[in-house]
Amino acid sequence: MSTPGETGTETWPLWEVFVRAGRGLSHVHVGSLHAPDETMALRNARDLYTRRNEGLSIWVVPAAAITTSDPDAKGVFFESPAAKNYRHAVYYTRAEGVKHL
Amino acid sequence: MNDAHVDDLHGDVSVDQLQLSEELLGVSGTASQDVAEYAMRLGDDALILAQQLGWWISRAPELEEDLALGNIGLDLLGHARALLHYAGTASDRSEDDLAYWRDESEFRSCWLVEQPNGHFGDTIARQFLFSAYQAELYRELQRSDDASLVAIAGKADREVRYHLDHATQWILRLAGGTDESRERITVSLAEVWPYVDELFTDDALTERLSGTVPQPSALRAGFDATIDAVLAEAELERPAAKPAMAAGREGRHSTQLGYILAEMQWLARRHPGATW
Repeated sequence: MSTPGETGTETWPLWEVFVRAGRGLSHVHVGSLHAPDETMALRNARDLYTRRNEGLSIWVVPAAAITTSDPDAKGVFFESPAAKNYRHAVYYTRAEGVKHL
Repeated sequence: MNDAHVDDLHGDVSVDQLQLSEELLGVSGTASQDVAEYAMRLGDDALILAQQLGWWISRAPELEEDLALGNIGLDLLGHARALLHYAGTASDRSEDDLAYWRDESEFRSCWLVEQPNGHFGDTIARQFLFSAYQAELYRELQRSDDASLVAIAGKADREVRYHLDHATQWILRLAGGTDESRERITVSLAEVWPYVDELFTDDALTERLSGTVPQPSALRAGFDATIDAVLAEAELERPAAKPAMAAGREGRHSTQLGYILAEMQWLARRHPGATW
């Protein structure tokens, strides 16, 4: 990552923001923002995404650090479970005599 | 916890279910003339700075900073509303009467808040000094024997500490950034430094109100400690500029205030009593 502002046209790096709304809940992706570093990213996230009491905790992650699946390859990547009914519990019939299932 | 409830927590709140909280928090009773004058000083500081920060919407270096400065401005506007509402109880005037229908010489704001926005560093330098002062002020004001001032100070205290944190982060980054950013923030701090002393000057009013309000001079040590710690981390010198002949508490202002008020007041004066 180069120094933000090094050239006139360069914007700050992109950060992905995850907010946890309550105790016992997981952090959920809410959006992204620009910030010069992680400390400012947290503050910007607070201003942008918790304006109406949405959160108790914020994570920010450099967008560049996230490895994503390829949207163009989703056929190969995600279609495999289709027609594999044996992966679902309901595929199996219950043997007679099994109790408490 | 059922699934629907979990979804609600992660999702939007529907507007008809929304409980709006009281905007003029805890302000009750009628202020004495002296307390009203004091509340007007604090309220005018907050109002003028809120008006100044609003200018940055769409003009900050990034959208995210538009929002940050806008949020800080709106926090200050909230303080101003409560303080001016309370000040108005002494003379049967509304917060809007005070904001829109007083002239320059009737405003009690300090000179620091009327200094021009300048470039981003200028605004940050002004905000840094003012938020450091307000952090001391609102912490101490919570010990007042006036319940309304205590309520206003309690809410403002938390917000102002965030404003100070935001400005501090930027002072550190501008000082530690490029040669140019360091040079510019050094100049920005020197330009607003002359307006610091006015914030910490006791006068007859604050002395009459001792017990109800903190003496401004007593806030100076905490302010200096805050500023010095940040400047040390930023490896900046404390500016040596001489104090300005600022007299905002008596209603004498620099020329900038006239421009700020003209922009803030023209619409309300052009259409008196209009609502929308």
